[in-house]
Amino acid sequence: MINQLIFAYFAAVIVVSAVLVITRKNPVHSVMFMLLLFFHIAGVFVLLNAEFLAAVQLIVYAGAILILFLFVVILLSVERESQAARANRFWPWLAGFGLIIAGEIALLVLRGSFPGEGKMAVQVAGAGVRDLGVVLYSKFLVPFEISSVILLVGLIGAVMLAKKKTNE
Amino acid sequence: MVPLSWYVLLSAALFTIGVVGVLSRRNVFIILMSIELMLNAANINLIAFSHYLQNLTGQIFVIFVITVAAAEAAVALALIILLARNRGTVYVDEFNLLKG
Repeated sequence: MINQLIFAYFAAVIVVSAVLVITRKNPVHSVMFMLLLFFHIAGVFVLLNAEFLAAVQLIVYAGAILILFLFVVILLSVERESQAARANRFWPWLAGFGLIIAGEIALLVLRGSFPGEGKMAVQVAGAGVRDLGVVLYSKFLVPFEISSVILLVGLIGAVMLAKKKTNE
Repeated sequence: MVPLSWYVLLSAALFTIGVVGVLSRRNVFIILMSIELMLNAANINLIAFSHYLQNLTGQIFVIFVITVAAAEAAVALALIILLARNRGTVYVDEFNLLKG
C-alpha cells in the first residue's frame, strides 16, 4: 500500500514535469524541470530495488548530461526566445495523435496480463551491485568493451566537431 | 506491491510525451531533451521487467543505454554548437539549406 502511494507520487511528478519540459518557452526552465524528472525517475529505480542504477542515473544523467545541456543552452543566445513561436504549426494534431497513441497503449496494457503479476515478493537475496558486476564482467563483457569504444567515438567526435577550423 | 502494469503505463506515457516533443517543438534543445525522455521511458520498462522477472539482464541494458545516451548528448551538442555558429539559429525549421 505504502509502495503504491510512493509510486503514485513519483509517477505524477514524472508525467507533469515531462509535460512542462516540452511546453516551456525558455529552454533553461525546461532543463530545470528535466532535473526534477531525473530525480524522480531515480526514485522509481529505488522502488524497483535498482539502487546502483538510481545512483548512476543521478550521477550520469543529472550530473553530467544535464549540466552539459545547461552550459550549451546558456552559451548560445536565447534572447530571441521570448518572441519566437515555440512549436511548429502542426502541434495540435500531433498532441492529439500523442493522446491517441497513449490511450491505445494503456488499453492494450490493461487488457493484457504480465508474468509475475500474481505471485511476487520473494525477494531474491542480494540482487545488488555485486551480482550486477559479476554479470556485467562475465556474460556481457564484449558489449561492455564495445560501449567503451562508443564513448571514445563520442569524445573524439565532440572535440573534432566543436573545434574551430584553423587556416593551414 | 505495485503491479507491473503501472510501470508499463508510466513508461508509455513518458515515451508518448517524448514523441510529441520531438515532433512538435522547434527548438533543437527541447528536441534533444525529448529524446532523453524517450530513453528514460525505455529504462523504466527495462528495470521494471528485470525486477519482476528476477533477471539482471534488464539492468545491464540500462547501463548500456545510459552510456549511449551520454555519447549521443556530447556529439549532438557539438553539432548544435556548430549549426548555431554557422547558421545563427537553433530552430529546426530554419535549417532549410537542402530544401528543393
